[in-house]
Amino acid sequence: MQFMYFIGMTTTPKQVLFALTVLGLAVALAGCGDSATSGGGGSSKLSLVAYSTPKEAYEGIIPAFQKTPAGKGVTFSQSYGASGDQARAVIAGLPADVAALSLEPDITKLVKENLVAADWNSTPTKGIVTRSLVVIGVRPGNPKHIKGWEDLVKPGVQVLTPNPFTSGGARWNVMAAYGSQIVQGRTDAQAQDFLAKLFKNVVVQDKAARDSLQTFTSGKGDAIISYENEAITAQQKGEKLDYVIPDQTILIENPIAATTKAGPKAKAFIDFATSAAGQKIFAAKGYRSVIPALVDKQKYPDPPGEFDITKFGGWDAVMKKFFDPTKSVMQKIEAGLGVSTG
Amino acid sequence: MSAPADALALPRRAARGRRRRGGPAVGGALATAYLSLVVLIPLAAVVAESTTGGTAAFWHAISGAQAFAAMRFTVIVSLLVVVVNIVTGTLIAWVLVRDEFPGKRIVNALIDLPFALPTIVAGLVLLALYGPRGPAPFDIGFTRIAVGLALAFVTLPFVVRSVQPVLMELDREMEEAATSLGARPRTVFARIVLPNLVPAIAAGAGLAFARALGEFGSVVLISGNIPFKTEVASVFLFGQIESDNRAAAAAVSVVLLVLSFVLLLFVSWLSTRGQRRAR
Repeated sequence: MQFMYFIGMTTTPKQVLFALTVLGLAVALAGCGDSATSGGGGSSKLSLVAYSTPKEAYEGIIPAFQKTPAGKGVTFSQSYGASGDQARAVIAGLPADVAALSLEPDITKLVKENLVAADWNSTPTKGIVTRSLVVIGVRPGNPKHIKGWEDLVKPGVQVLTPNPFTSGGARWNVMAAYGSQIVQGRTDAQAQDFLAKLFKNVVVQDKAARDSLQTFTSGKGDAIISYENEAITAQQKGEKLDYVIPDQTILIENPIAATTKAGPKAKAFIDFATSAAGQKIFAAKGYRSVIPALVDKQKYPDPPGEFDITKFGGWDAVMKKFFDPTKSVMQKIEAGLGVSTG
Repeated sequence: MSAPADALALPRRAARGRRRRGGPAVGGALATAYLSLVVLIPLAAVVAESTTGGTAAFWHAISGAQAFAAMRFTVIVSLLVVVVNIVTGTLIAWVLVRDEFPGKRIVNALIDLPFALPTIVAGLVLLALYGPRGPAPFDIGFTRIAVGLALAFVTLPFVVRSVQPVLMELDREMEEAATSLGARPRTVFARIVLPNLVPAIAAGAGLAFARALGEFGSVVLISGNIPFKTEVASVFLFGQIESDNRAAAAAVSVVLLVLSFVLLLFVSWLSTRGQRRAR
């Protein structure tokens, strides 16, 4: 607190003026820097802004794209982080030509700021680059005999899922659990009760999906709600976990979009990523292809009760009903955790 | 541009005539400008953001059951950690100053390492050691104790480093005089040493408390983030940011800032009073 004394005792109006001048100069400089770097598009350099999970896949896709005629001489700058953070960074001025995010509402944020065209999802794959399923990860050999959602609400079963308010991806998990009840003919109220019961069994709500997997492999919990591709990646890395595909679950669809100021190379890159060549690289990392013919039905069976987000009116409606931070189904469930446990 | 140029020229002219006045004037101005850019303007922006929804929204954001529980837990665990720090930090400083042992320099250098280690790594390491699969015979992963442990780790240097120099400069003659007058070691410590250390302990404790209130990286993994149980304020407001509720996040930050500010002012008052008394 000594600095306060320092200023308090010696400041005069002229010094304040001087300080303001320095400030003004700094702000002006910052402004210049901003306008100089915000160009980005048009050249043969592409800025890819993506969520962290598909990083390894893109590290394979980029060199493969550069070997094609369309990708010849295109250089890349890549940025990976949490999906919501990446969307906010682009809105705040992070240069981006291609945005590959984990869920549609994050692209919608960019559309609202006119950073992505409103018809971004009118591509042959409807703006989707990868697919996966919400699955339940279990300990090797499945000692708790977890087969489906109902097993997760049994007393004494410790469940992991990231917090749906900090992790965009966890919203897939919530909608999978909720939808599993709707598909089985339960009412909206019954499905919400199920969610509340499920979250009473959640022992750790990590901030992101990867953290949650880390917690599970560090020994906590009997089951983890995760994604098929994440479970496969973990197995590829030698982690000891099995996973079960519940009979009812949600189809995860991850969007990709070019920004409004991006040049034609951005579209060429998206075309490549959604082509058979690009999709094979994603498939090697455990994703389900957006080209149905490429999906190996032996390894990636379709569960009988599979549904997608349109079942609940699409993401806009779902975000409002389930994930509004001040008043929503999940906000009430999280607040309810305090009522029962003190 | 003439007025700012004048202001720039003035300190130089003044410096020639009244040397003593010139130096601090430029220094003060630079300090003001720097503090504005780095601290004051960003803090003001947080306060401004917190009021974007009006006072009702501000109140709603900080009085919500989950927000309140997170803030209450954060304040309580931070205070507990500060108490632990006061005792252990003073003890460590004492050992480092008054005792001689092999490897003392290395231990002395080790104290600051919690500052250097990225906090997320600290959280991971603590989890690996004391979590469910750790070698330790106990498992405190994802509990309130784990949160306290992570905070104790990242705030350790504050008290040690503020007490250490004071202890080094402390006049041993006072203690010797007291001893020669028949005072027992305990009395010497309580009546001579401790009063001289109080301002330094308070300063270190204040910094440790402020740091603990805002700590995020080391607790986000190890806490488990269960609302009403182990969710700390910084993780709660991270959730608000991720859910695009920036005003609520800012509101909770403002509460933490005000708490820290009041405490730091109190500590500042305590240490200036202590210095005056020491003279």
